[in-house]
Amino acid sequence: MPEPLSLVVNGEPRRLEVEGRTLLVHALRDGLGLTGTHVGCDTSQCGACTVLVDGRAVKSCTLLALQAEGTEVTTIESLAADGELHAIQRAFVEHHGLQCGYCTPGMILTVHDLLEHDHDPDEETIRRALRGNYCRCTGYQPVVESVRAAARALAT
Amino acid sequence: MIPAAVGYHRATSLEDALEALAEPDAKALAGGQSLIPVLKLRIARPSLLVDLGGLELRSIERDGDELRIGALATWKDLTSSLELDSSGLAGLADCASSIGDLQVRNRGTIGGSLAHADPASDMPAMLLALGARVETRSPDGERSLSVSELLVGPFTTALGERELITAVVLPVPPPGSGSGYASVEHPASGFPLAGAGALGRPDGTKAVAITGVGARPQLVPESGSLDDVEVYGDRFAPESYRRHLAGVVAARALEIAQVRSEGRR
Repeated sequence: MPEPLSLVVNGEPRRLEVEGRTLLVHALRDGLGLTGTHVGCDTSQCGACTVLVDGRAVKSCTLLALQAEGTEVTTIESLAADGELHAIQRAFVEHHGLQCGYCTPGMILTVHDLLEHDHDPDEETIRRALRGNYCRCTGYQPVVESVRAAARALAT
Repeated sequence: MIPAAVGYHRATSLEDALEALAEPDAKALAGGQSLIPVLKLRIARPSLLVDLGGLELRSIERDGDELRIGALATWKDLTSSLELDSSGLAGLADCASSIGDLQVRNRGTIGGSLAHADPASDMPAMLLALGARVETRSPDGERSLSVSELLVGPFTTALGERELITAVVLPVPPPGSGSGYASVEHPASGFPLAGAGALGRPDGTKAVAITGVGARPQLVPESGSLDDVEVYGDRFAPESYRRHLAGVVAARALEIAQVRSEGRR
């Protein structure tokens, strides 16, 4: 039975109807057409579906859409502003933090959560923070470098 | 993977939640980090999900000589709580920070995890060592159970069908105590092959509990001998290796607790 859901997505109030079993990732992709949030493993391991809910990184494949009632959801689509990439996105481009790019939206939003609370994380902290985000291309080293560069860019 | 069709009720109060749980095969939903994966695998097929997320059961506070952790406190809440910033309680924050990953810690709750009763869950070892109890509410009233009374076996608790954990309560260790948590994790799942929580008190007494090795978390007897601890083997770690790891993590957790109790960090 469809239930009403209202939440704020990327700064805009949105209303839609979802089933009790609808996962947030499907509400975002299929309900709102925001396909930048990816479904990777679909078992809460890989983190490709990571979005921010009230500023905190969560796996949108492991949250019912109805659990996000009244929250503010941020997806990768809203990070760039006025045609300018966000500092984290730019750092990933400049430091080769992605190859195929499938994991990147989730990586970037997890890093967003990390850097919001830790402005100068060391390598171990970065690796721990990204434990729930799998990348099968880069071997992670350029990802770590991208995060350090993003932290420096955000500090200036 | 999509869960089977299920009803949804957003609880407005504890009483409202207990009423909704009267529906046959209804299930309470907290952070969902354990339940939603099993819904997606259709291992669990409840008729109705009663979402507790809006209830005010999230605070972590000192209440006299007790620490009271609301059942809906997330692992992230535990790692950032100033109430845990003492040598005697630091093991709780250690343990919470070793659970899952950043995203899971942002959503996963202490009450939800205890009710799920995964035998490889980290926190029960730390809670056992600290002598924690859980408080529950059901239509029959309130009761208090020790962690070992609550966790009766793999994915099995002593909770009744309409009984909810409302808080985890533990005695604040005396000044000069230290606590610590150590584990050896399976590198893919992150769950402990063996994990240990330890508490050392200034009078020299200590408590150590082990998780991940048997059907439920277990207190190590005062002698420190692990001979009577129940240990299972599986394809990841045979019984002999797990028993060895149990000794290793117990020693590490005790060392952390000792260092903290002596104020060395």
